[in-house]
Amino acid sequence: MSGEPIIELEGITKTFGRGAAAFKALRGVNLTINRGDFVAVMGASGSGKSTTMNIVGCLDTPTSGVYKFLGNEVQSLSKDQRSLLRRKYLGFVFQGFNLLARTSALENTELPLIYHGMDKAARREAALKSLDKVGLVPWAEHTPGELSGGQQQRVAIARALVTDPTVLLADEPTGNLDSERSIEIMELLADLNRSGITIVMVTHEPDMAEYAKTIVHFKDGLVERTEYGSKSGNGHMHAGQEGVA
Amino acid sequence: MWGTTLVLALKEIRRHLMRSFLTTLGIIIGVAAVITMVTLGKAATVDIEEQISALGSNVLIVFPVQNEQGIWRPFDDQDIVAVREQIAGVEAVAGSVSSDVTAIYNGQDWDTRVEGVSNEFMVARSVDIAEGRQFTAAEEAAGDNVCIIGQTILEELFVPGTSPLGEQIRLNKVSCRVVGVADSRGIGGGNQDDDNSVLMPIKNVQRRFVGNDNINNFAISYDTNVDSNAMIDAVVDLLRERRLLLEGQNNNFDVIDTAAINETVASTVGTLTAIVAAIAAISLVVGGVGIMNIMLVSVTERTREIGIRMAIGARASEVQRQFLTEAVVLCCFGGLVGILLAFGLSVAVSAAFTLPFIFDPFINFLSFAISALIGVVFGFFPARRASQLDPIEALRHE
Repeated sequence: MSGEPIIELEGITKTFGRGAAAFKALRGVNLTINRGDFVAVMGASGSGKSTTMNIVGCLDTPTSGVYKFLGNEVQSLSKDQRSLLRRKYLGFVFQGFNLLARTSALENTELPLIYHGMDKAARREAALKSLDKVGLVPWAEHTPGELSGGQQQRVAIARALVTDPTVLLADEPTGNLDSERSIEIMELLADLNRSGITIVMVTHEPDMAEYAKTIVHFKDGLVERTEYGSKSGNGHMHAGQEGVA
Repeated sequence: MWGTTLVLALKEIRRHLMRSFLTTLGIIIGVAAVITMVTLGKAATVDIEEQISALGSNVLIVFPVQNEQGIWRPFDDQDIVAVREQIAGVEAVAGSVSSDVTAIYNGQDWDTRVEGVSNEFMVARSVDIAEGRQFTAAEEAAGDNVCIIGQTILEELFVPGTSPLGEQIRLNKVSCRVVGVADSRGIGGGNQDDDNSVLMPIKNVQRRFVGNDNINNFAISYDTNVDSNAMIDAVVDLLRERRLLLEGQNNNFDVIDTAAINETVASTVGTLTAIVAAIAAISLVVGGVGIMNIMLVSVTERTREIGIRMAIGARASEVQRQFLTEAVVLCCFGGLVGILLAFGLSVAVSAAFTLPFIFDPFINFLSFAISALIGVVFGFFPARRASQLDPIEALRHE
């Protein structure tokens, strides 16, 4: 499943604030993620992993450096262009699930398709297909309040998958779950990865990172080292070669 | 694009039905108040116009008033002849005289008033015959004992369903034959019941009830091409001369122009309607501020949701449009409910005050358009604020 680079970060820096109060969150990050990868990003808080994820997810722009997405430089896209890029190529899963309350699993899953201008019947069909991938079709009409944490995160994953994104970005997807639910979610993500979806995940739990093929450690705004997950059963060297700065 | 936004806005409103309803309550009340006030104002105007037109249109009514010494001097037949013959543009002049009497029929009595009139007077004052006929020329000339009774007399003295025509009724000591029944004339000047009267040829009333040939008042109908002010001036000049009034003495009579009353009353009611509607319109604006307030709270409350929408690819303009559409849809919904409420209120209140109900499409449309406009104006600021949120911050919002 491995293939061409999807995400290439070259010398990415990010500075918050100005003058004396300026804080360098990223100090020259180099990272390449190829098609079919399952990358876990780890690091202490303040190490720059979240900032990197925000830049990778096109929610934020770097201060300097080059970010190539599918070979195109995207570091200086406008706000609207980044919105369209997220809409088309990226799927997001958050620690807090971030589902719309009082809205059924099916409608939550449909939400991104509304912005694709898809008609109701097509939305419904695609959403059900996506819910099927996470095994939640029987719960399609339930609202988040009626679902367990693990089920809510599955709905969130279904919502992220419904647009067939190139990359799935997961920010601490198991952070709010107990260990049993966490394992279920990680196995689901590993399954999805095996079926061909590229995943980038931020986590601070080493057990969860073990499911990834590649584990990238951040420290002080730089990539400290790259290693390979033991549970992924995959030791190919196709990511992060230039990760050590 | 707009279809999508509408779908999103409707979903959002449905998700918070109770809050949506309360938010829009201000608009509902505002729209209902404006429409009800204007509708009732129109109804009152029409009602008053109808009552005034019962006096006759293009008609001057002339009656004596007391002078400084408290002397009340009636008119006589010669005055009427003079007005008819000496003023250009006069079409008809008809005098009347009246006296309080007791009407007796079939052993029942009823206090009423006998009015001595002519057919001409009835035409000028718009007294229509509901049943039977007017006086004949011979009856008028001879002052015969014939009468036309008002609706109140019909109800009070006759058994419902029986025809009074041809019956003899007694007025004090004078017996007369009923030849006609007048249509209802409504409430006339001074709130007296104009239907509580018996009309007889004027000669008869002068001779047998009042004992002189005085005229209490007379009506002048004139050519519609003649300016009413010029007509009034001519009448006043002639009557001053005939009543021997010197320069500087006040008129000991009064001339009322029904068209002028009509205009004055209509414009007064119009002004009052406008003032009340303007006050009601303030509540509409207050309703708009309410919408803005709730939308701002809603933007804060839904910060995380806005973050989610942005993360999955909603552009700032789409978020703005969604919130703006929500505000406009809420206001339009409020406008529609307000129109329905106003309809019910107007029908109920018109019925309670026995006013005619007149549906005014213009004010309904205008109120609806204004409520939609309020949605745009007051929804804009919250929508803009929503669209300018930073997705990263918004997603972190608790």
